[in-house]
Amino acid sequence: MNHPLPPETADHALATGERLPKSERVDFSPEAIAEIQAIAAKYPDKLAATLPALHIAQREFGFVSLDAMKAVARALSIPEGHVFGVASFYTMYQKKPVGKFHLQVCTNICCALNGGAEFLEKVCEKTGCTPGGGPSPDGLWSVEEAECLASCGSAPCMQVNADVYDEYLDDAKLKGILESCERGEYRAWAE
Amino acid sequence: MATFRTKHDPQRYTFEGFGSDKYPNLMLRGAGHLDNWTLDVYEQQHEGYVALKKALKMEPVAVTEEVKTSGIRGRGGAGFPAGLKWSFMPKDTPERKFTRYVVCNADEGEPGTFKDRAIMEYNPHQLIEGVIISAWAMQCQLGFIYVRGEFLWLIEKLEHALQEARNAGYLGKDIQGTGWDFDILVHRGAGAYICGEETALLNSLEGRRGEPRVKPPFPAAKGAFGQPTTINNVETLAAVPPILRMGGAEYAKIGRPKNTGTRVFCLSGHIKRPGLYELPLGLPLDFIMNDLAGGSSTGKKIKAIIPGGASAPAFSEKEFSTPMDFDSVRDAGSMAGSGGVIFMDEDTCMVQACLRLIRFYAHESCGQCTPCREGCNWMEMILHRIEHGQGRMEDLDLLASITPNIAGKTLCALGDAACGPMDSMLQKFRPEFEHHITHKACMVNGHHLLAKVGGH
Repeated sequence: MNHPLPPETADHALATGERLPKSERVDFSPEAIAEIQAIAAKYPDKLAATLPALHIAQREFGFVSLDAMKAVARALSIPEGHVFGVASFYTMYQKKPVGKFHLQVCTNICCALNGGAEFLEKVCEKTGCTPGGGPSPDGLWSVEEAECLASCGSAPCMQVNADVYDEYLDDAKLKGILESCERGEYRAWAE
Repeated sequence: MATFRTKHDPQRYTFEGFGSDKYPNLMLRGAGHLDNWTLDVYEQQHEGYVALKKALKMEPVAVTEEVKTSGIRGRGGAGFPAGLKWSFMPKDTPERKFTRYVVCNADEGEPGTFKDRAIMEYNPHQLIEGVIISAWAMQCQLGFIYVRGEFLWLIEKLEHALQEARNAGYLGKDIQGTGWDFDILVHRGAGAYICGEETALLNSLEGRRGEPRVKPPFPAAKGAFGQPTTINNVETLAAVPPILRMGGAEYAKIGRPKNTGTRVFCLSGHIKRPGLYELPLGLPLDFIMNDLAGGSSTGKKIKAIIPGGASAPAFSEKEFSTPMDFDSVRDAGSMAGSGGVIFMDEDTCMVQACLRLIRFYAHESCGQCTPCREGCNWMEMILHRIEHGQGRMEDLDLLASITPNIAGKTLCALGDAACGPMDSMLQKFRPEFEHHITHKACMVNGHHLLAKVGGH
């Protein structure tokens, strides 16, 4: 697995042991902290709230940067290293910024049998992105090659942000989806 | 802000004769109707929570016995008898009171499988009822439904359905006057296929990296948060209410001995009518393919079928008549797995198909066990060079020598899962691999399975 390191917000790469000054820390809003603590209280162990807290971090900050991971660690009083380990394991935590509409195209076998691979190429061509290559210059799109989204019977399939899947895709549907994104009919990323 | 599906669902959920005595509809009631999921519809039209009320009047042990009688085998992949699994949970003794958990595995990620999504979309209450009944049978204190992260809209729907169940007194404190407290938490995953493995799922539930654990101790002894835990697939748990309603013995009459009940098959690939087919176990594969699903969608002959999700070894034409139940598929050299049946026609290059599958396993390997982490990556690299015309004839023997060093040598079944397609495709379609090496091109001229961009 390939885990890209999240970018630092400091203007230089932090040396070993060097920490960001307190004033530059990223922190959750009080409501988000309350939400995280309410979730932690439901579980027998607060460590279990790591995944939900990272989802909240992604929603709040747009992507899970190192600073966001540190904020999660502080909110739950758990080790930063643990949060980094978890965040880097799961592919749904975006460690780099993504576009306003993050297009996840399945190219696994069932989708590929019905043209998923060609569809991914089309999506990249239309949006000017490369899979996993960050947002397009206008910040509107980013593309990711996803593994099976569990929509094999209606392949090819794509998910825009966390919305309900778009299925049986072809060129015409892609055009429609991109247009309705621009019109704001899909929930924007991290909304 | 909860948003429930308003978008048209193009999936196919039914076929001719579905719902009759021959093809009973137990799992997909009302599938396809967007407003089918609410408590009102479930109670009024689908005998909702009748089974729970019946179960709560029974002794917990009797409920487990009923499920044992039904003979239902786990629908997640391994096909382990569910009732037997439940009976492994330790009982309270005067010296020791246990905190027991039940976990529903809704981390549906096996390529070719999309049944759990439909159950949660249209019958979330049937799943919730199943979880409550299983929790009563094992006397659990808390239940978890682990849903894959991509299904955010289903999580919102489940949360809403759970609240409806709480308001109606089916969940929470003192359920239906029995004095038993139970609640269900929905846990959202974050995009790791490996978390469908039960111990990896438990680690993920505890907020750790989704790495499988060493077994033993098995989850029934030491599972979530160190307590006895039972993990069942969505389809298994959703089948519990029908079993209780009709009685275990009646349910056991569906299907074949030792392979009882119905199962939701997910048909995909080059098939005319893809979709979900709930069928009694034991129907021949070619009957499902030709008579129910209308045969190939491209007009070309079907060359290979993967019968149980991507991890299952592929079938070539001579095994197409295999009855689709756990034992027969195993005897034919594959596994019934999660019920995802993938059809590939003559124009599919098996080298490309194999590379696409192995790339998935190489990407999804958690990296904990060396044979799987290294082996899958090497298989991917070797297949990649064969596909790109740089293969050597000895690569085929090299590939064949890698799989025995992965299968059975890892903590979980992901390594074995990668070997299934690799071994079977290499054995059954070896001429295509050889053609690729000698002619530096595909033997068939057809589908384009690998994108020129991406590739993780």
